Amino acid sequence: MATVELTFSALPAHVRTARLVATAIARRTGVEESLLDEVRLAVGEACSRAVEAHRLHCPVEPIRIELRDDLGRFEVTVTDSAPSDELEQERELLRFDDPLGQLPDTLMTGFGIAVIVGLADDVQVYPSQKGMRIRMSWPAATNGLSPV
Amino acid sequence: MDLKLDHHSEDRLTIVEVEGEIDVYTAPRLRELLIDLVNKGNFHLLVNMEKVDFLDSTGLGVLVGGLKRVRAHDGSLELVCTQERILKIFRITGLTKVFGIYASVEEAKEAHGRDK
Repeated sequence: MATVELTFSALPAHVRTARLVATAIARRTGVEESLLDEVRLAVGEACSRAVEAHRLHCPVEPIRIELRDDLGRFEVTVTDSAPSDELEQERELLRFDDPLGQLPDTLMTGFGIAVIVGLADDVQVYPSQKGMRIRMSWPAATNGLSPV
Repeated sequence: MDLKLDHHSEDRLTIVEVEGEIDVYTAPRLRELLIDLVNKGNFHLLVNMEKVDFLDSTGLGVLVGGLKRVRAHDGSLELVCTQERILKIFRITGLTKVFGIYASVEEAKEAHGRDK
């Protein structure tokens, strides 16, 4: 198993960097070209959500992203330090049949998670008072294109 | 790629040209433009997304926010988009039911003319 770890300050400008790094490593790991857009978007969504949560609760804490080549899967874990129970409650309240009736923050949080779930092949969301961890993975070539 | 924004008016319709990436970093600029247009009395907006490379949920939130603002004035906010990777995000979130989405500016203008 080869792992790349990246930590970044909770600034919106860094989300693009995280997306680019994740896409580059996914490509090297052997994720199909047709899935790279999905990786880019899902990782971007997870990092955007983390940045927004940190700016609200703990702006000086860094966000961590781990990118792993694991037995034919490309696995990404985005971990933040912002309490996420409140966000989970909002997510449960989100009604996709009435997006115009939603508060903007609720809407974006709900959309973000919905987009990740819709795009990633396999997703687990672990909310807690200490922060949220989003783990997602996609199929990759078993021997990858080159070591990560 | 950064975000480039431009706009012009044709009859009652204001066409917003968007190029580049709409994400958590750039979306505030699109939000400001939409708010400014509505504040200046432009209530029928057509957002051309044919040159958008990337759109995330922050961008969706800005578009929904813009739609809410124009609807408050009996206006409209519609989109031009044929890129499958962008359309997929609208489908996942169910927003294809909320926005009018057209294949070209001309098609949207014709539909807008019929609705006048």
